[in-house]
Amino acid sequence: MGEEKEEEKKEEKKGPKEKIKIALYWAATCGGCDIAVLDINEKILDVVNIADIVLWPVAMDFKYEDVEKMEPESIDVCLFNGAVRSSEHEEIAKMLREKSKVMIAFGSCACYGGIPGLGNVANREQIFKVAYKDTPSTVNPEFVTPQREMMTNGGEKLTLPDFWDTVKTLDQTVDVDYYVPGCPPTVDRVLDAVGILAKFAETGELPPKGAVVAFEKNLCDECERKRDEEKKIKRVYRPYELREIDPEKCLLDQGILCMGLATRGGCGFRCIKANMPCRGCYGPSPEIRDHGAAVLSAIASILGKEGETETIDVGTPEEVEELLNQVKDPLGTFYRFTLPSSMLKRVIIKPEKGEEA
Amino acid sequence: MATEKEEFEPLIVGITCNWCTYAAADLAGTSRLKYPPNIRLLRVMCSSRIHPSFILYSFARGADGVFIGGCHPRECHYIDGNYKALRRIELLRRMLEQFGIEPERLRLEWCSAAEGAKYAQVVTDFTAKLKELGPSPLRSG
Repeated sequence: MGEEKEEEKKEEKKGPKEKIKIALYWAATCGGCDIAVLDINEKILDVVNIADIVLWPVAMDFKYEDVEKMEPESIDVCLFNGAVRSSEHEEIAKMLREKSKVMIAFGSCACYGGIPGLGNVANREQIFKVAYKDTPSTVNPEFVTPQREMMTNGGEKLTLPDFWDTVKTLDQTVDVDYYVPGCPPTVDRVLDAVGILAKFAETGELPPKGAVVAFEKNLCDECERKRDEEKKIKRVYRPYELREIDPEKCLLDQGILCMGLATRGGCGFRCIKANMPCRGCYGPSPEIRDHGAAVLSAIASILGKEGETETIDVGTPEEVEELLNQVKDPLGTFYRFTLPSSMLKRVIIKPEKGEEA
Repeated sequence: MATEKEEFEPLIVGITCNWCTYAAADLAGTSRLKYPPNIRLLRVMCSSRIHPSFILYSFARGADGVFIGGCHPRECHYIDGNYKALRRIELLRRMLEQFGIEPERLRLEWCSAAEGAKYAQVVTDFTAKLKELGPSPLRSG
């Protein structure tokens, strides 16, 4: 053993490059992003060749205390997935930011809030009520919910992280250097990110701060479906309402709400290839500040009657209402992955009378 | 800062099209019509230029109401810009309701260049309505 270690050390001394240190962390997430890292299959070995993993809660047994003891900036790259919705997430995010040279928001939740970000339509109290009381499989007559701290019979104080009312993105919590969007990021884009790591390990070079590891154009730009010249949707369909969906024709032209027109490309339009509309997981196209507003604007302007430009006929107010009633749940549809990063960030919940604000 | 005794004065962001409602506001001014000073008017070339994010941004920054003005149907300088604006605003109004903002805080009106009096009336009505609704829920936060 001792000899082997010496040999390794010699080899390390021979080579000019040292391995870089990377950390992977998950906050409010489903775990899919960690799986996405493994989706690169044998290429994961390349990662191990250039990098030592110092923290990866889903796969390896490291302790937070060990990371806490490390010097500031001693981790080269941190891949952080998941939104920030509890005091624990915030604490670890701040710790990893301090210990890492480069912080990457990995996946839509860390970048924009993602699906957990839809929790911003409710608050802690409402979420607890559903999760610990109202769900049919829950029997909790005393409505016991997680407490911040409690005393055991032995007089020991036990604490739990605080669950917040509002979900935040990673860059609303700490400074973020790069973004890898996607739910989860596709294999090609994960490989791009690995390429950035490899280049960094080799030369120390990094792309400009704030870079998004995806395309600089929107999804429609790379989509291969055929489009009508004048785009008008008379009737909105949800995919299950149609017997057949033409795999060649633009989904919007078939009345299916597809978010591709304001969503960043780079995913390889896999949903669209499977005859399902884009739901916007890659976040807003470059230069768009508010994803939902951009999608709403685009969708609303293509709703209408065919040839209405010639006849200049907007229809009666009832007709307009009927047309717009077909768009079910605009907030959930247009902000599916980006509610916490939107301008309004969350739904306003007025305190009930007698309650404190 | 307003004390409790003072009457609440709503802050209205008005975004109007160059050809009709802005001209109506101009006419209201030159005709010396009186209307409340709560509106801050912005001019764009067409009501379809008004991206929903302008409106959301106004609310996020504490506006109590947003007023959008365009040309009457069939009178758009760019043929169908006001139809796009109409559908955007109506859909946005539904979304604002989901966000917990009263949809009445967003108002769309058509005023032709000759309707200075209508413009003054609409701003008066809208200001009164906003006084009734009170400060925007986003204002204190």
